Amino acid sequence: MPNRKTNVPFVGTKEQEDKLLAAIDRLKDDKGSLIAMLQSAQDIYGYLPIEVQRIIADRTGIPLEEIYGVATFYAQFSLNPKGQYKISCCLGTACYVKGAGDFFQKISDELGIKSGDCTPDGKFSLEACRCIGACGLAPVLTVNDDVYGRLTAEEVDSILAKY
Amino acid sequence: MSDNTVNLKINNIEVAVPEGTTILEAARSVGIEIPTLCYLKEINEIGACRICVVEVKGQRSLVASCVFPVAEGMEVRTASPLVLKSRRLTLELILSTHKRTCLSCVRSGNCELQRLCKEFHVEDEEFYDGFNNEYEVDDSAVHMKRDNNKCILCRRCVAACGKWQSVSVIGTNDRGFDTHIGCAFDEDLGEVACVSCGQCIVVCPTGAIYEKDQTNEVWDALADPNKHVIVQTSPSTRVTLGECFDMPVGTNVEGKMVAALRRLGFDGVYDTDFAADLTIMEEAHEFVERVSSGGTLPMITSCSPGWVKFCEHQFPEFIPNLSTCKSPQQMFGAIAKSWYAEKKGIDPKDIFVVGAMPCTAKKFEVGRDAEETWTQVDVDIALTTREIGRMIQRAGILFTELPDEEFDNPFEEATGAAVIFGATGGVMEAALRTAAEEITGQELPSVDFEEVRGTQGIKEATYKVGDLTVNVCVASGLSNARRVLESVKRGEKDYHFIEIMGCPGGCINGGGQPVQPAAVRNFVDLKKVRAASLYEADRNLPIRKSHESPLMKMLYKDYLGKPGSPRAHELLHTHYKKRGRH
Repeated sequence: MPNRKTNVPFVGTKEQEDKLLAAIDRLKDDKGSLIAMLQSAQDIYGYLPIEVQRIIADRTGIPLEEIYGVATFYAQFSLNPKGQYKISCCLGTACYVKGAGDFFQKISDELGIKSGDCTPDGKFSLEACRCIGACGLAPVLTVNDDVYGRLTAEEVDSILAKY
Repeated sequence: MSDNTVNLKINNIEVAVPEGTTILEAARSVGIEIPTLCYLKEINEIGACRICVVEVKGQRSLVASCVFPVAEGMEVRTASPLVLKSRRLTLELILSTHKRTCLSCVRSGNCELQRLCKEFHVEDEEFYDGFNNEYEVDDSAVHMKRDNNKCILCRRCVAACGKWQSVSVIGTNDRGFDTHIGCAFDEDLGEVACVSCGQCIVVCPTGAIYEKDQTNEVWDALADPNKHVIVQTSPSTRVTLGECFDMPVGTNVEGKMVAALRRLGFDGVYDTDFAADLTIMEEAHEFVERVSSGGTLPMITSCSPGWVKFCEHQFPEFIPNLSTCKSPQQMFGAIAKSWYAEKKGIDPKDIFVVGAMPCTAKKFEVGRDAEETWTQVDVDIALTTREIGRMIQRAGILFTELPDEEFDNPFEEATGAAVIFGATGGVMEAALRTAAEEITGQELPSVDFEEVRGTQGIKEATYKVGDLTVNVCVASGLSNARRVLESVKRGEKDYHFIEIMGCPGGCINGGGQPVQPAAVRNFVDLKKVRAASLYEADRNLPIRKSHESPLMKMLYKDYLGKPGSPRAHELLHTHYKKRGRH
C-alpha cells in the first residue's frame, strides 16, 4: 500500500499550533478523548496531515499509528486539505446511470488526483458525493457553490478552465 | 472447596474451576481444546475471530469462550452441530479473502489457519468468490516482510507490538472491508520506529509476517571453496532449536545442534558463549570504571539490538548510559576476523561469519554502521533459529537421530555465566559474578544471584560489593524497559546497573525463535521452561565465572591486553545514534 501522506505542502502557523496544544491540554486527561482532539485539530487546520497528528502524538504520548488508525476509521476525518475550489461529483444512482462514473474518472485523470485528494498547488480538491437532490440535472457536479448539470465528459476542460 | 469455586458442566463433564476462569480455560483443564485464532492470553482478549464460539444453555447466541467467564450451573457444549457449523462458516469466510498459496508459504505445516481448515474439513475454499483487496508485500524492513494478503486481522501482532513492547508502530488502519494492519500513514515498516524485535512474527497465526530468509546466502557461501564459513550459536538457540523438530519445549539440544551444523558443511562450529564471556569481561570492566571514575550511571546493557534500537528511537537521552560494548554476536565476528584470522592464517576477507540467533533484530545489528572491524563487517549473516532449523531440514539431516558432538576449538570453551545470557537477568548475574570479584579482589562465596532470576518483567536487587552498595534492575520486554527508564527519569529510582532485554523473558523468547501456536503459548510459559534449561546448563558447567575462563585469560594475554585496552576498544566497542521517535 503506498503511503498516504498528502502531497500538499504543510503550512501550519505558530498560532494554529498553540491553539491545538491548548485544545490537547484541555482534553488529554479525559479517557477516550482522542476523537475530540482530532475534531479540534481538524477544526483548526481543516484536515489531519502527519505534521498535525505528530503534534498530538508528541503531546499525549499516544502512538502515532493509533492516532492514524482512528483518523482513518471515521469518515469525518480527512488526511487531505480541501482545495481552494472543492469539486464534488455526484455518484448517486441517477447521476451514475447517466455516466457520472466516466465523468468522474476524466476529472480525476485531468487533475492527477484521486477521490479525497487535493492537487499539490492546493487549487482543486476532488470528492465523490451521493445525491445532492438535483437528479433532474444528472449527471451533476458542484465546484464550491456553483452547480453544473447535464454534463458530458467533453465539458471537463471548459469547466476546470473557469477556475 | 472455597466459596469462589464455580461448578459447571462442559460436554456433560463436571468441572470445578475458580471464579473468573474463562470457558476456554475451564475446558482446557478437562482436556478439551477449543480452537482460537485471535486470542492471546493477557494481551489480545478481544473475542473477535469467532472461532472459539461455544453453545451455553440459556444464551441466545453462541458465545466467545476465550472471554466468557464461567458461572455456577452453566452447561456448555463445545462441539455441538451448531458450534461446528459456525466455526466452519467463519473459516470459509476467512479463506475467501486469504491468499491461498499454502504450498509455497513459509508457515505451511505450522499455520494455525491451515490446521483449523484441515480439522474442520473446509472443502470448498472458493465458495465465497468476489472482489478482494490486493496488498503489496512490504519488504522494506531489514529483518522481516509483511504480506497482508495472508493477514486474517486477528491483531495479535498489534497487541505484541503495543502491549508487550510499547513500540506501537503497527495498528489497524481504515475500516470495514478495507481494514488492514499497517503503520501510520501507511508508511513502510522500514521507514518507522520499528525496533526489529520480531515479536509480531512469533505470534502471527499465519504466513502474513515472517523473517527475511537469508538461508540461500549461507548455502551459497558454504558452496564457495574460497570462503572459510564459520557459524556461532547463541546461548539460547541450544534450548529452542529442538522445537523445530517437534521436541519438547526447553529440550537442550546443544550436542545435536553442533552435529547438525557440522554436517551442513561449516568450516567451524563455534559457541557465541565464548563471546558472551568476552562481553562480560569488557562490560564488567566498563561498569567498574564508571563507578570508580564518576562515569554516567546507571549503566545499561547493550547486548539486545532490539532494545538498543528502541533506546535510540524512544530514549535517546539514555544513549550515554548504554554500555559501549558490542553484543556477543558482534564481538565474536570481530575476534573471528582478527585474532582467529591471524591464528589460522586466513585473510579476514575470506572469512564468512554466520550467526545462529534467537533474534530478528540481529539481522539489523549486522548492518549497523559502527559494527565494523577495520574494513570488514563483523558478522556476514544473522540467521534465526527458525532458518537454522529449515537448513537442517532441507539438507535431509535427521536431527533427532544425531549423536551429541562438541564445539570446535578454539571457541569451544564457555562458562556458565555465558550460558545464562539467554534468559532475562542472565547478563546481570554474569556481570555481577565478575564485577564483584574485580572490585573486592576476593572470591564470591556463592555465584548464584537468585534475585535477578525469574520471568517477571521487572526485577530489582541491592548487593553489597565490598564497601559499595550496588542497586541493580533487570527488565525484559520493552514496555517494562519504558517503565523502568521513566521511573529513572523522574528521579524515583537510583540504579547503578540495569539489564534490559528487548523481548519478554530475554532471548529464549526472542522474535527469531521457533513459532509456537497460540494453543501452546496460552497454556505453557515458554519463557520459564526454556530458561530453566539454561540455568540447568549453568549449574552443570565446571567454570561459572567469565574471568576464570582459560580462553579469556589466553585471549587477553595473547592479543587484547587488558579489558578496556585500546585494541579491545577498537574491536569490541561501538557507538549509538539518535533516531526519530515515530
